[in-house]
Amino acid sequence: MIHQLPGLIVIVPLLASLAAAASGWVNRKYPFIIAFLALSFTAYASVSMLIYTAGGNVLTYHMAGWAPPVGISYKIDGLNALVLTAIQIIALINLPVSNSYVKYGFEKKEAPFYGLYLLFITGLTGITATEDAFNLYVLLEVSSLTGYALIGMGNTRSPFAALNYLIIGTIGASLYLLGVGYIYIKTGTLNMTEMSLMLPLLKDSSTIIMAFCLCVAGILTKAALFPMHGWLPGAYSNGPNASMGIIAPLTTKVMIYVLIRLGISIFGVELFIESFSLSNFMVNFCAIAIIAAALKALYHTKLKKILSYIIIMEVGYMAGGFFLGNSDGTTGAIIHIINDAAMTFCLFIAAGAITSKFLEEDIRNIRGIFEKMPFTSLAFAGGALAVIGIPPTCGFFSKWYLIKGGFGAGQYLFAGALIFSSFINAVIFFRIFEKSFFSDKGHHKTPENHQAQNINTNEQISEAPLSIVIPLVSSLGLIIFLGLMTGKIVENYIIHLI
Amino acid sequence: MSLILSIKPLFAVLASALAVPGIISSGKSQNFRESWTFTGAIIKFLIIASMVPAIISGKELYYSIAEVLPGIYFAFKVDSFGIFFALVAGFLWIITSAYSIGYMRTLKEHSQTRYFAFFALSLFATIGAAFAANLLTLYIFYEILSLSTYPLVAHHQDEKSKISSRKYLGYLLFGSVGLALPAMIWIQMKTGTLDFSTNGILTGDFSKAEIIILLLMLVFGFAKAGIMPLHSWLPAAMVAPTPVSALLHAVAVVKVGVFCVVKVITGVFGVKLLAHLDIGIIIAWIASFTIITSSLIALTQDELKRRLAFSTIGQLSYIVLGIALLSPYGIKGGVLHIAMHAFGKITLFFCAGAIFVKTGKKYISQIKGIGRQMPFTMGAFFIGSLSVIGLPPCGGFLSKWSLLLGTIQSGQIAFLIVLLVSSILNAAYFLPIVYNAFFYKEKSDFKDEIDEAPMFCVVPLVITAVISVFLFFYPGVFNTLADMFVNSIYGGI
Repeated sequence: MIHQLPGLIVIVPLLASLAAAASGWVNRKYPFIIAFLALSFTAYASVSMLIYTAGGNVLTYHMAGWAPPVGISYKIDGLNALVLTAIQIIALINLPVSNSYVKYGFEKKEAPFYGLYLLFITGLTGITATEDAFNLYVLLEVSSLTGYALIGMGNTRSPFAALNYLIIGTIGASLYLLGVGYIYIKTGTLNMTEMSLMLPLLKDSSTIIMAFCLCVAGILTKAALFPMHGWLPGAYSNGPNASMGIIAPLTTKVMIYVLIRLGISIFGVELFIESFSLSNFMVNFCAIAIIAAALKALYHTKLKKILSYIIIMEVGYMAGGFFLGNSDGTTGAIIHIINDAAMTFCLFIAAGAITSKFLEEDIRNIRGIFEKMPFTSLAFAGGALAVIGIPPTCGFFSKWYLIKGGFGAGQYLFAGALIFSSFINAVIFFRIFEKSFFSDKGHHKTPENHQAQNINTNEQISEAPLSIVIPLVSSLGLIIFLGLMTGKIVENYIIHLI
Repeated sequence: MSLILSIKPLFAVLASALAVPGIISSGKSQNFRESWTFTGAIIKFLIIASMVPAIISGKELYYSIAEVLPGIYFAFKVDSFGIFFALVAGFLWIITSAYSIGYMRTLKEHSQTRYFAFFALSLFATIGAAFAANLLTLYIFYEILSLSTYPLVAHHQDEKSKISSRKYLGYLLFGSVGLALPAMIWIQMKTGTLDFSTNGILTGDFSKAEIIILLLMLVFGFAKAGIMPLHSWLPAAMVAPTPVSALLHAVAVVKVGVFCVVKVITGVFGVKLLAHLDIGIIIAWIASFTIITSSLIALTQDELKRRLAFSTIGQLSYIVLGIALLSPYGIKGGVLHIAMHAFGKITLFFCAGAIFVKTGKKYISQIKGIGRQMPFTMGAFFIGSLSVIGLPPCGGFLSKWSLLLGTIQSGQIAFLIVLLVSSILNAAYFLPIVYNAFFYKEKSDFKDEIDEAPMFCVVPLVITAVISVFLFFYPGVFNTLADMFVNSIYGGI
């Protein structure tokens, strides 16, 4: 069974997406049930593969029995097992959240929504699992196209944001495709493992250098590294709450996965970092990207805009960590993919719950979140502390590796940018805590006032539905759990990759 | 030194965190809610106390939760110094809880549920720091403590408390994230470990300049120790309700800062290494500067709590100075001072709070003649002052005596003079308050008959005052533990 899972984990959601879209004709509840069953299976599959790959085991699967270079092969090692698990777990626990928004926002659109949802996850899963560079491009387009549709379903501004995303996203994907084309011309294969055997011999070829630049530029555009981030804030802040729970935490992270895959499996770290002598330039570039994105986040006052810029900043963390080219930096980048997925998920779901409860996006006009939504604000605070990098949340541990990598490589600007961005994040989030968490009570001394307040507070509690609160609180648990498991993750998976 | 595996440290740390859900869920009935606090506090103290015999018999308790980074465990290790600090903090939490009831209810403060919940969380972090087995665990609890005290500082939610709480968090996070964290990563990168060791973990990998930089980063990074110039969060934090100032900003929080500094100097750098390179003196001079400057500033403060805060800054640096002298008596004095100052200063804060509860007065110039109305409070204030100044028959004398011996033992007489001058300054800013309270001749606003603050306020402050005196005669367990700590470093005092 375990040897079939790399194929099944893509095929099951793909077929389920068609079934979900079709089943809407029969009963409007079926699409949700089908999505739930499919994602439960993929979650199970990803966890079993995660357990299997612990200690450096690798799973290979040939689609339809055709061996590469003719056929497409899927290969699961520690790196994709980790990312796959993150994708599937988030897709699964986000499902009830989406469902509660779909029920009220998109009546009669359940079938297309869940169809797209599953197809989006199929795309991301395939990108992560495949060992074929062209197949990766195909699935990249699957996830992007469904992503545009999922974003376009939002408020009145979202179609425009989705169009913007579509244009830049297509450019990014095309650059990647072009790069893969050049590699194919030189090597005659699309299989990553075979490429990686040939590329070191071709490192002086200008075609390969061009291919490398195109691939990296394309992927970093899709990952929204500052200043190629223009599409992201609009798309993420105007997209519907129903789909932001999967798009926001996963899209950019999977792109960083592709970047790391390009580095460690296609070009090889040696070629990627040393031969092209890009490391120094790119790390400084990322350091500037981090600072710029952090300052942009500080400048905004709309909750989701702030979070969007924080995502862009985190992309800088991960890309920069990888370009450091040492094992600590890469470890930090890989752990941060998972950790950032968990904390962005937590923050976006909480922000969605808050903004839809208060019908207000601007944090300056929101008051008393804590009194109204204690669990949501608890989770939001947890996610915020993870972004700032306060232990024992997971954000601290990935930052630890990234800073250590920065020191190890002598990139003090990058390490400094990480620390500086922590301060900016602290300002951003504590400003929200200070302004929006509690209502303006001031300090009342008289007993009458005091009682009046108590009555007021008790009446105010009106949490988001349980289908949102339970995923939120579990994501908070995940943030702390991942933090405490960092040592295990590194020892069982990441050490074997680098 | 035998290590035994025991889950007691975990329970001791968790006892107060487990009370938090209870506190939050029973917000409607005040008495029921406070019973959670007391249950948590008493259980916590009993668990801590139950570990004392094992520690005194020369064992150390160890419990590991998870391997958070390869080779670095999130783990607890209870040694003589850790249990020493935990005993002080754990015991005073019980007293402060009683005092909180008197203070918060009499003033009809808002959001008391939040107050008690975060108070319990702060104690969770404090004891966690006390039992930390390595620098990373210590850092984790240090950060949790910063964050869990933030809502307490911001309690009043008015403009002043917002500004102060920003300052509070700004200083503490700047220190911990900006200075301590990079230093910690640097050390881990070069040595591969962060575990505390009695001889230190830094070996020949570092040059003298690097060691100086690391030491300064860590000593200033743990800004809760209040060493100048990273001290001004402490006076700002005085906007918090007085029980918070009393337990957290005179005992738990600030002493976690000092605790970190002591742990760093003794467990990470190693006393021998610092003595060999003659680096301790840098820290000693910074601490001396802080002692004198803060005492001078304290003289000028009219707001009682701010004067106490500046006094705390000075007293914290006594502890740092004692450790930085790198002599057995200096270290013993520094460690003892954690307990002695705790009992003395908490008494003083309790008194300040009791005065505010009863009369609404915050300024020293307004409380002349108050001794006739509140003789118990002002009597306790007198005892607390004596203990902080370091005069017999109060516990503070013992620690200061040991510190003085430490300066002589290390042959650095300049610091002896610093300590003596500071004692005079301490007397100068405390004793006039007491004198004016009892012997002010002019007509004052205060009654001639006894009219004290509520029992829940007065009894705790009398208890801590009595203990301050008691400790002079029977320093008992504290003395033993401090000796054990010094023994573990030097193998004999």
